[in-house]
Amino acid sequence: MAKTRVVVDPITRIEGHLRIEAQSENGKITKAWASSTQFRGIEIIMQGRDPRDAWAFTQRICGVCTAVHAVASCRAVEDALNIKIPANANTIRNLVTGMQFIQDHVIHFYHLHALDWVDVVSALSADPATAAKIAQSISPWPNNGEPELRAVQNRLKKFVGSGQLGIFTNGYWGHPAYKLPPEVNLIAVSHYLQALDWQRDVIRLHTVFGGKNPHPNFLVGGMASAINLDEAATINAVRLAELTGMIARARAFVEQVYWPDLLTIAGYYKEWGAIGSGVPNYLACGEFPEADVRDVDKLYFPRGIILDKDLTKVHEYDQAKVREYIHSSWYEYQKGDEAGLHPYEGETFPRYTGPKTPWTYLQDETKYTWMKAPRYEGRAMQVGPLARMLVAYASGHRDVRDIVGEALGKLKVGPEVLFSTLGRTAARGMETVLITRKMEQWLGELITRIGNGDTATFTKEKWEPSTWPAKSEGYGYLDAPRGALGHWVQIEGGSISRYQCVVPSTWNCSPRDAQGQAGPYEASLADNHPLLDPQRPLEILRTIHSFDPCMACGVHVLDAEGREVVEVKVQ
Amino acid sequence: MTPSFDPWVDGETLGEHLTSRGVSRRDFLKFCGEMAVVLGLGSMATARVARALEVLKRPSVIWLQLQECTGCVESVLRSADPTIGDLILDIVSLDYNHTLMAAAGEAVERAKQSAMAANKGKYLLVVTGSIPTKEGGIYTTIGGRTARTVIEEAAEGAAAILAVGACAHWGSIQAARPNPTGAVGVRDIIKNRAIVNVAGCPPIGDVVTATVVHYLTFNRLPDVDQEGRPLFAYGVRIHDQCSRRAHFDAGQFVESFDDEGARKGWCLYPVGCKGPETFSPCPIFQWNSRTSWPIGAGHPCIGCTEPNFWDTMTPFYGRLPNVGGYPIEKRVDTVGAALAIGAAAGITAHAIGTVLTQISRRKASHQVNTGNETEHDDG
Repeated sequence: MAKTRVVVDPITRIEGHLRIEAQSENGKITKAWASSTQFRGIEIIMQGRDPRDAWAFTQRICGVCTAVHAVASCRAVEDALNIKIPANANTIRNLVTGMQFIQDHVIHFYHLHALDWVDVVSALSADPATAAKIAQSISPWPNNGEPELRAVQNRLKKFVGSGQLGIFTNGYWGHPAYKLPPEVNLIAVSHYLQALDWQRDVIRLHTVFGGKNPHPNFLVGGMASAINLDEAATINAVRLAELTGMIARARAFVEQVYWPDLLTIAGYYKEWGAIGSGVPNYLACGEFPEADVRDVDKLYFPRGIILDKDLTKVHEYDQAKVREYIHSSWYEYQKGDEAGLHPYEGETFPRYTGPKTPWTYLQDETKYTWMKAPRYEGRAMQVGPLARMLVAYASGHRDVRDIVGEALGKLKVGPEVLFSTLGRTAARGMETVLITRKMEQWLGELITRIGNGDTATFTKEKWEPSTWPAKSEGYGYLDAPRGALGHWVQIEGGSISRYQCVVPSTWNCSPRDAQGQAGPYEASLADNHPLLDPQRPLEILRTIHSFDPCMACGVHVLDAEGREVVEVKVQ
Repeated sequence: MTPSFDPWVDGETLGEHLTSRGVSRRDFLKFCGEMAVVLGLGSMATARVARALEVLKRPSVIWLQLQECTGCVESVLRSADPTIGDLILDIVSLDYNHTLMAAAGEAVERAKQSAMAANKGKYLLVVTGSIPTKEGGIYTTIGGRTARTVIEEAAEGAAAILAVGACAHWGSIQAARPNPTGAVGVRDIIKNRAIVNVAGCPPIGDVVTATVVHYLTFNRLPDVDQEGRPLFAYGVRIHDQCSRRAHFDAGQFVESFDDEGARKGWCLYPVGCKGPETFSPCPIFQWNSRTSWPIGAGHPCIGCTEPNFWDTMTPFYGRLPNVGGYPIEKRVDTVGAALAIGAAAGITAHAIGTVLTQISRRKASHQVNTGNETEHDDG
């Protein structure tokens, strides 16, 4: 077979706008290019704003991982202004972020990723009785009975029989890469629908503390939701009981549906444990502070770096070693296109130099994306659940060692399969299980503190700008569902002078740098990666979705004179 | 052309509809053949698919996601009545949506083109996200084409457009000062179609689905205010329906977060609440199966259903009217003075209430413009 050029644009079932181009030969991908096709300029917009408003602006970077930018922003401003938040506020933020992980990962698995592995049309020919037997053999979940599965199948039959396939139109049904028996497909479709209902319930934890979801409210210095056991309009026993219920239902679904489904489906796709490994370096900034976010040795998921897949050594992570490059990105730097800038010196001068639309190919262009290329000491890095699990595993983290061991044992595979497309998808499930168990502990800590009379949720001392230094800068990190997130803020005269985010999808979707080093999406797609039919690029979706792309995050910053320079560039 | 406001619930089947729209039998069967293959039924099943399609009843919805964060789609995923599952399986045919579609790339673009052709003049176009206009709109592309090209094409055959969320309404965060990409809302690009703005960042999911259901149930778009927002949801000023209003009237305020007033659920006006300036269903419908709402959870309203709120309602913790949206002379001379006097005299509540009522925008009730009228206005 000759060399074929492949374009997949839009990549669906992700957040935002992503274009993948590739070249394939003899059923394998030889080269790939990842192009982020949206620029919004939010950090430019933030110049001159009140830093206490920054969380709300940066939160709108993404409505899927809707809490994480807001929390990272609060942490950055609190770091700059040296604000220590009350213990309750830290616990509430852990609960909110934790539920974000749980809901986000389950939605990703069923609604964004599953259709890469699950053939919906095949579920039509399943025997519901056999499916119920299989489902009941892998889980005690009560909604796996034959009547439930038959009802789902009937609903699906009616839907398909109507001839209006809606979101399933032109799907790659019947593609030979689909391996699940009809009964397992039916179980997965049933849980696809159940997960839609489940997520609506458990995410209400955000509404209790933040008033709404998506885009719940946060507050620099703590949280706005006051605690008073003797008042109806505050956090009280009624609210705590609601939270207890949501957390229990979150755990039940994760342990009895998501985790067993993940292991069952993975069992049919073990060959994907040797596909899509890609960039061999992994970065985790760590998450879930026990008490103070500055105490980086007391994070539930530890901080660290793995190089060249070597799990015998965990290297220290230092944010000062992050640089961003624009060799392949539609931007300009004052120091030239080959410079690497730390976020505190970051610049964003968008300068589109690509072909006129409509595009045919971008792969022949030097610059082909709105995503910058972050590098750590010059290296491309993978971030996300797998990076977190590998860093924790190599650090000897007991919970992580147990859950990794459970997964490898059930699948009867060795740890080498972790470095793969399957590994990224499995790691997401592992950490979800661990976080659902932690949620009960965090809620318990909150309740204990309230019982002891500590109801503080906010630190007032540094609220007024008159208490701030003339100039300050701060770094806020958060190891988000999709990976290591950093916000860097500089404050001058009471307002933001520079703001920069380096987000998980910037690391993972980064383009080539001046050394020709490909980013993680690109490297994974070209690493022992099949593509049977370029017209039906199912395998590309599997690997790209294993990273859970979140493209709206891929936009960047300004320098001290940001607005003027941008006006010159953007005409 | 005059937009059609008749969704498919009027009893017309696809077969009749296509005939009336001048779609040839040959093109229809070609489409059915493709569908049959997609379904794994083989081309022999074309006739069977055609028979099913000819009695087709679920109205087609094309959902474009442009320059945005996907928060509006997530919000619709939280809708309880109807649920997203009910909506996409039983109520409408969601023929294009990036977040949920199984296929990708050329296959979904083809699906969109087929659906738009088969339902020309009939489909409901839902748009989330703004449209960047600077540099020829290069800041958002889909399938290698600019967002502007994509929406102009899709609007052409739409019966009506729901602009969902602040971005599609007026540009939202991208359009905040200095608007680096020249982001605008749907109404700034599409002038010849009926547009309803389901406002908010994001809107409450149930309000989005309710707007769709309203359209399908009553065979027409809901009445809207001067911002194009449905009156059934946006006819309410938050301040007038706020559960903390009695504390405002009684002069009981939160002066600082987590103070005594905060722990008693008092009024958030002094810490920046924009409820007096915001029309939104939040206090009545509330969020996420009526669990709570922003003010209910102790945070001031940021005014996210109002146009330009990133500039007019900030700083978010600034006390009205000392925020960006008010002419400086009004701030200093009229409103500010009235507030200062009221506060000094210890009779804040009534004085503030009166002033805020005077400076509030008035809601206006009128029908959505038809395409012809708007075109005429522009012409």
